Amino acid sequence: MTVHEIPLPVKARFFTSGVKILVGIMVVGMGAYLYRLIAGLGAVTNLNDQYPWGIWIAVDVASGVALAAGGFTTAALVDIFHREKYHAITRPALLTALLGYTFVVIGLLADLGRYYNVWHPMLPSMWQGNSVLFEVGLCVMIYLTVLYIEFLPIVVERFKGKVRLPGPASAFNRLAESLLTLADHTLGRVTSLFIIAGVVLSCLHQSSLGTLMVIAPTKMHPIWYTPISPLLFLLSAIAVGFPMVIFESILAARSFGLKPETRVLSSIARYTPILLGIYLAIRIGDLTIREAWPYVTALSSQSIMFLIEITVGVILPIIILSNGRWRRSVAGLFTAASMVIAGVVLNRINVFLVAYQPLYSQGRYFPSILEILVTVGLIATLVLVYRVLVMIFPVISVPITGAARGVENVVASRADYQR
Amino acid sequence: MGIRRREFFKLAGAAAATLAPVMAVADEESHEADYDNMRGVLVDAAVCIGCRKCELACNRQNGLSDKPSAAYEDKTVFSVHRRPSSDAYTVINSFANPKGIENKSYLKVQCMHCNDPACVSACIVGALRKTPEGPVTYDAWRCIGCRYCMVACPFQIPAYEYNNPLNPRVKKCTFCAERIQEGKRPACVEICPAEALIYGTRRELLELAHLKIMQNPGLYRDYVYGESEVGGTGWLYLASTDFSHTELPPLPGDVIPHRTETIQHGIFKLFIPPLALYGLLGLVMHSLRRDDQQEAEP
Repeated sequence: MTVHEIPLPVKARFFTSGVKILVGIMVVGMGAYLYRLIAGLGAVTNLNDQYPWGIWIAVDVASGVALAAGGFTTAALVDIFHREKYHAITRPALLTALLGYTFVVIGLLADLGRYYNVWHPMLPSMWQGNSVLFEVGLCVMIYLTVLYIEFLPIVVERFKGKVRLPGPASAFNRLAESLLTLADHTLGRVTSLFIIAGVVLSCLHQSSLGTLMVIAPTKMHPIWYTPISPLLFLLSAIAVGFPMVIFESILAARSFGLKPETRVLSSIARYTPILLGIYLAIRIGDLTIREAWPYVTALSSQSIMFLIEITVGVILPIIILSNGRWRRSVAGLFTAASMVIAGVVLNRINVFLVAYQPLYSQGRYFPSILEILVTVGLIATLVLVYRVLVMIFPVISVPITGAARGVENVVASRADYQR
Repeated sequence: MGIRRREFFKLAGAAAATLAPVMAVADEESHEADYDNMRGVLVDAAVCIGCRKCELACNRQNGLSDKPSAAYEDKTVFSVHRRPSSDAYTVINSFANPKGIENKSYLKVQCMHCNDPACVSACIVGALRKTPEGPVTYDAWRCIGCRYCMVACPFQIPAYEYNNPLNPRVKKCTFCAERIQEGKRPACVEICPAEALIYGTRRELLELAHLKIMQNPGLYRDYVYGESEVGGTGWLYLASTDFSHTELPPLPGDVIPHRTETIQHGIFKLFIPPLALYGLLGLVMHSLRRDDQQEAEP
């Protein structure tokens, strides 16, 4: 079977009923976001002096970064370890990472009290080499730049030789064209340097996110307070990378009426039980060495959260994906991938919120409606932007021999696209 | 006396060339700071009468409140356990204590001005810093408002102006850093009528504290809080009873930010680990690619 899969802009109707709901959520979320910028953190969030961090840090930032790990794990697999058969998923993974990190920054801006100073860590006079957060911040900024550079070849592929700016802007056609040509010439030579840099930067800040709470030993619940927290964060990010690609590929295929690349996806899913198994073994070893099992069996709210995190996010996906028949079915893949993702998000929530026990507090933190609206709004916006971009740029690969609905459209469009 | 600097910065030229992270390397070549001669305050809770004049002086000094003096004579505030906040850098709480005056004892709470502050280590932009004189100061102009200092503080002291939408600041005791530089005593120390607050160098205060315990073992519990906690604090406490379950949390003697700094400096030691990873991945990329080509043309 010599089916060649070429990434193409997806031709489909933009507005479906699902998209309309997402637009509604986005608009509401944007309203909450703007209200936050005007009215301040106190008016919008349930944060206080006891609980300085809430879901905007635990979900928008910490989980956002973890779930964007598909970008660097896929790049490492395909471009560094040369597993070329997974080529079809590199572009969707790259775009997910690019948008993921972009929205991490947007989410972070909502949380920063003085968001207009967000650029300060870039000034050498402000550098603070002892701060874990400084390293995370700088790595994320550089990695985001690297991701945009990695995406440039896709922009070049789409527009080189086809620049037709409308109206008076057409005066810039020649300039835009020469910039694209220049980018095309230089990028081909240096792409691999950026890909490796992206993997190194990811390893650095994915792990350092796990170091953040190590600075609060007396406030952290012993289940999650461990000096190897950075290693656990890195391993869980690596483990969630492929499930995220699987989750998103199946969703995109369903939404555009295409056939999911089940063969590639179930093949890549073989790595997941191994990666999760390593993570689980280290997690168990860590709890054992630190003699923290009594806290797990104590049946506190923390121990219950831990048990859900490990069962849903690690153990069940290992079982599902170790079964060949389940792994080759779309339902099995999607269920297991969703569970791994939920497990990682739950882990980040546990580390940053559930494990955090201030010395003096009046009641626990629970996010306000507006905090939740901002977070949900950002996720909806991310999905919509993804949809727009895969309809403009050649990101999603479609097998020519596909019989699914919508493929005829795509194939028909190939002729005029490649002209 | 130079400022305590356990870190120095380096740029990695090689890293920059390959667009690897341009990160600051902070190295552990510490020349131990002169904590002994930094300023501190000894809080003698055994003689504190709970007059709240320190709260008054602090609020006036920092422009936090212009309530009349009479307002501070209100003892009903003691019915709830108060914490320092964005509009009160210090508060006094009252506790039942059979050894105290009228079976009560009082304890003033404020920033402890740690020798090795976790907030300073956490701060992403160096907005918080330990001055050579002892105070831990805050520079709002640098601050990005991430509130990591609040997460890091083992005493749960920094408070935030959540209700200030455009110019929110971290608020905490300044140890009257400006007054100290002018050679004056902190406002709360100056006003204290009971000599419950004693200002001096950390060495003098520790000597005094142990002398007081020796001279009056019936009154004092034989423990100076802050002498060893989290590697030592600038503010020290003497008391007639154990406050560990109420106001002075039991804390380990380890320097709180030591662990994160060790991890951090290990990962970035002279940039060797990131560059080694970069080199290794480059090698893998190159060698596996050649294998591919050889397979392709047998």
